[in-house]
Amino acid sequence: MTTNDAAIVAEGLRKRYGSSYALDGFDLTVRRGVVHGLLGPNGAGKTTAVRILSTLLRFDGGSARVGGYDVVTEADEVRRRIGLTGQYAAVDETLSGRQNLVMFGRLYHLGARQAKRRADELLEQFGLTQAADRSGRTYSGGMRRRLDLAASLILAPEVLFLDEPTTGLDPRSRNDVWDAVRALVAGGTTVLLTTQYLEEADQLAGRISVIDAGRVVAEGTADELKARIGGDRIEVVVRDAAQLPAAAAVVARIGTAEPETDADTRRVSAPVADRMAALTDAVRELQAAGVVAEDIGLRRPTLDEAFLHLTGHRAETDADTDAVKETAA
Amino acid sequence: MSTMLQRPPGLIAPPPDRTPLARLRWTAADAWVMTKRNMAHVVRAPEEVIIYFTLPIMFVLVFGYVFGSGMELPGGGDYREFLLPGVFTMTMLYGLGATATGIAFDVDRGVVDRFRSMPMARSALVAGRSAADLIRAVLELATLVVCGLLVGWQWRGGIADALAAVGLILLLRIAITWVGIYLGLVVPNPDTVGVIVFPAAFPLTALSNVFVAPELMPGWLGAVSEWNPLSSTVAATRELFGNPGFGGDSWAAQHSMLLAVAWPLLLLAIFVPLSIRRYQKLSR
Repeated sequence: MTTNDAAIVAEGLRKRYGSSYALDGFDLTVRRGVVHGLLGPNGAGKTTAVRILSTLLRFDGGSARVGGYDVVTEADEVRRRIGLTGQYAAVDETLSGRQNLVMFGRLYHLGARQAKRRADELLEQFGLTQAADRSGRTYSGGMRRRLDLAASLILAPEVLFLDEPTTGLDPRSRNDVWDAVRALVAGGTTVLLTTQYLEEADQLAGRISVIDAGRVVAEGTADELKARIGGDRIEVVVRDAAQLPAAAAVVARIGTAEPETDADTRRVSAPVADRMAALTDAVRELQAAGVVAEDIGLRRPTLDEAFLHLTGHRAETDADTDAVKETAA
Repeated sequence: MSTMLQRPPGLIAPPPDRTPLARLRWTAADAWVMTKRNMAHVVRAPEEVIIYFTLPIMFVLVFGYVFGSGMELPGGGDYREFLLPGVFTMTMLYGLGATATGIAFDVDRGVVDRFRSMPMARSALVAGRSAADLIRAVLELATLVVCGLLVGWQWRGGIADALAAVGLILLLRIAITWVGIYLGLVVPNPDTVGVIVFPAAFPLTALSNVFVAPELMPGWLGAVSEWNPLSSTVAATRELFGNPGFGGDSWAAQHSMLLAVAWPLLLLAIFVPLSIRRYQKLSR
């Protein structure tokens, strides 16, 4: 790929805070017209990378081009071509939805009539027409996030940065955001999406870069990364700890790698190739071996396991990690 | 939601113009959008304005009527006439909270980040805030003048002197706006603003000539009060309005007109560069 085909090119970005590096040799190339996921735990440097690429933050080393323009020396040109939706709904909560979009349109130097027409179009597209004249304060979290996204799309930017766009959203609002992102890409926009959720990257992103400690540690399609992480695992919990070796023998025959045994939780697990065959085989063979199982299940690798595998250490756990799975209001 | 979101034909941000005049026009246009935004807040959230009005009007009523009957002025004269220029100035001080809270909200909610990622003039946010605050101050002052006239306050000098007094009050307001902008940029979150501003604003007004003539205070307290920037503006406007209670033996009291110009300029000289530096620091 030549640089010309790339919407975003970052080379060796370094950003230092005190004595520690938020980014430490960050390289990234994003092709035009795709969703590229930037997947990593809290503190990995995702937001720092997005803030540098969207001209908000100075950096200590390396270079970056967005839409073909240098983020430092041609920041004005970059700003005309990007949209940014951060972790918070960055809209004026006192103003109405329409007033917000008209204001941002005017600040993009659209004419008064053009800004109004664009605001109406976006309100319609994001299902906010009914609430258009209500104060942003009265919006639900999902509505505010949609308004925020609409504000990023006033010029239908060449490159859109989405920094954890669904954190704290309920599943329905999250799907709305995902739909909007897919629609945008169909319209030709390039999206850089940061997320802590493997599932979100999986749903949206054609390619994923895994970031850890300020640099990209793995890159590929979702399938490629999953193959590297290892696929599904079968997990058996036995009633009697004395039967663990027998269970392990069964799981070893079914799995594609040595089983792991955890005596405390009376659990045996191993990666498997064919989900359904593995499950039916396990049930049958455990029964044949006289092992009483309390639980037999298949599960996908968690993000923690993904990081353990790709980085050799565990991701910092964070209370927010499970927020997306919960039905938040 | 539609299945396709496309750039409507012809919707492209105009390229930034490099000539100084065009840049100035660009900046002015952005600042004007921001001014209108802040004025729209007044329309959409009038309760905020009402809160800021309630206090000065309450002070007029409580001090003018309840305590006022027991108040004496060193040179004689009507206490309510003495009080009103003080209340005008005090109201300017209380605007500090709204300015700082507005800026702090924009920083906290990422609105500033959005502005900074857009092809707009960087100075527009603060320039618009400052302009909107000035417009607001004119409206507030107009309302208070009407209230004052209703309780028997009047200006006895010429119209030019009265306008000069209004000019001094607004000059102080501009300086206070920039203190507020700086405060809004340094506080960790918007809620902190109230915790800082109100406990600071009350003693600042009490230790001034707003309610009581400094001559009637114990010596050192009177001196502090005379050098208070609020006092200079209040004393100068009393003189220009022809209201009682200005003057005194100290240097500060004798030169209140000079100080009423010097204090705001000093505050601006300190807080404009500080605010700009702090604003630029957001990109570190």
